[in-house]
Amino acid sequence: MMETRKPLLLSLIDTRGGIFLGLIAAATILVPVLALMVPANSAFALPPYLVALFGKYICYALLAIALDLVWGYCGILSLGHGAFFALGGYAMGMYLMRQIGTRGVYAHPELPDFMVFLNMKELPITWWGFQSFPYAMLMVLLIPGLLAFIFGFLAFRSRVTGVYLSIITQAMTYALLLAFFRNDMGFGGNNGLTDFKDILGFNVQAKETRVALFVASCIALGAGYLIARAVTESKFGKVVIAIRDAESRTRFLGYRVETYKLAVFVLSAMMAGVAGALYVPQVGIINPGEFAPANSIEAVIWVAVGGRGTLVGAALGAIIVNWGKTFFTGALPEYWLFALGALFVLVTLFLPKGVVGVIDQYKARRAATHKGGTAAAPAAE
Amino acid sequence: MDIAKNSLLYLDGVSVSFDGYKALRGLSLTLAPGEMRAIIGPNGAGKTTMMDIITGKTRPDEGDVLFGGSYDLTKMDEAEIAELGIGRKFQKPTVFESHTVDDNILLALKAPRSALATLFGKPAAHTRARIDQILETTKLKDHRFRLAADLSHGQKQWLEIGMLLAQDPKLLLVDEPVAGMTDAETAQTAELLREIAVDHSVVVVEHDMSFVRDLGVKVTVLHEGSVLAEGPLDVVSADPRVIEVYLGR
Repeated sequence: MMETRKPLLLSLIDTRGGIFLGLIAAATILVPVLALMVPANSAFALPPYLVALFGKYICYALLAIALDLVWGYCGILSLGHGAFFALGGYAMGMYLMRQIGTRGVYAHPELPDFMVFLNMKELPITWWGFQSFPYAMLMVLLIPGLLAFIFGFLAFRSRVTGVYLSIITQAMTYALLLAFFRNDMGFGGNNGLTDFKDILGFNVQAKETRVALFVASCIALGAGYLIARAVTESKFGKVVIAIRDAESRTRFLGYRVETYKLAVFVLSAMMAGVAGALYVPQVGIINPGEFAPANSIEAVIWVAVGGRGTLVGAALGAIIVNWGKTFFTGALPEYWLFALGALFVLVTLFLPKGVVGVIDQYKARRAATHKGGTAAAPAAE
Repeated sequence: MDIAKNSLLYLDGVSVSFDGYKALRGLSLTLAPGEMRAIIGPNGAGKTTMMDIITGKTRPDEGDVLFGGSYDLTKMDEAEIAELGIGRKFQKPTVFESHTVDDNILLALKAPRSALATLFGKPAAHTRARIDQILETTKLKDHRFRLAADLSHGQKQWLEIGMLLAQDPKLLLVDEPVAGMTDAETAQTAELLREIAVDHSVVVVEHDMSFVRDLGVKVTVLHEGSVLAEGPLDVVSADPRVIEVYLGR
């Protein structure tokens, strides 16, 4: 505790976190080696589509950690976190669209193809500045953050909690879905943004770029995890857990509950935005479908499966469930939604603390029998 | 206004109704600095509503609620009132179940409450010593690393009282502290509250008559949202009106 003060960064990494960060580090080394250095005809070679697929899982894992921060630690069940993910994705997509330049079908130097097609004469204000990578990255953080701030400010100040809050987060992402479907919004409507050519001058389709994006996603996941740990392990994090356990008690102790909730919500939205921004160049498209309420609900299931309030569990859940999804949609596509539904029911009934909770329980039981064994031994003598 | 100026807590003509039901009707009550007061009354007398009004959870329809002679509590919210120095213990023990006993006290301990301070601030030097002292008073020292969820009912009640102490409020509002306690625990709680009352003002709401007798303080009897009688327990319990509504049942 307070007696033994370790350096800040080390004190954040417990056994579980160490294993988790070790796995991420291993992936950031192994994937580039297998994808770039091993000859393509070798059995160990990693084809580029798999690199992109793994990269996608890593982005989902970051989204899951963001969601765990608000749901697992602060008790805010957001059913609209996909909106922040999608907004970050759109900000990245807009940058990628501006990089196409004259290589588009209509070869317009400034306007993306869909704008020429819609007879737009000049670039809308919303698109200004997105040719600059730093500006676009700033927007990846600011736009989800700002939406979360406005939404959270109104909702938490009015003390909307529980299922009512969940419903309005769902409504928020649905409203955005409908808005982005409209061509007048100027974000590509129904088709979204696609046909990306390059990012920072590198071809997005190239093997090397895919590997670099994968590595960037892993670094973002590791950093996101450490930030989330730093927040949850601080006294701030203790207050946040206190709010989850007994909100009015926390208020009577003199903490401004709405400020705390708002801070966590905004941080989480920004993390989700980063995840979305890394996701888009790897899958090659962003469209309004990413705002679909079902996506946000799926993210909640990842966290529940992995174990809420554990961070590592959330990331693990995202990877396990999406792996399952890749397998199912390949083998038995029509049954995936049933499998997902069944998974949620089973986890709720039998693994209320998720996969990580089961591992913890197993360890605790083993430790207990060990203790019991040594205590019983002298008595037998 | 002299009474208001010299009192720690001053309620005058406070009324509130919920959907037409009058929970408080012209309630008036004055608490002197340093005083401990017991409040009794049958169910629905308005005891919890009164606590809600003092702590800012409920706004009265009319009437004055002043703290320390000058702060108008009807215009402040829960966090402001808590910062001002009014601590509250709930009827049902409410502690942070997934935190350790230690952390429960730490969170209650008087310290900057802003998000920035808790995120980046360092704990004050005397924090450890103060937590130890409170755990000593509440007899929870041996349980400090246990999760609050694992404590017995009585221990949770003491932990909550300990959290109030940690806040170091000028006024403690304690709602039914001995509900569901064993006789031994009840006696210990009375002792604990008397200890606290030495340097804090305390208002205790309680049903348990023997506990109120143990406290040995001035008693206010509430009935249907206003004060029915006030005075030492023996005098009050001899009052025919009190016997009729409460003690006589």
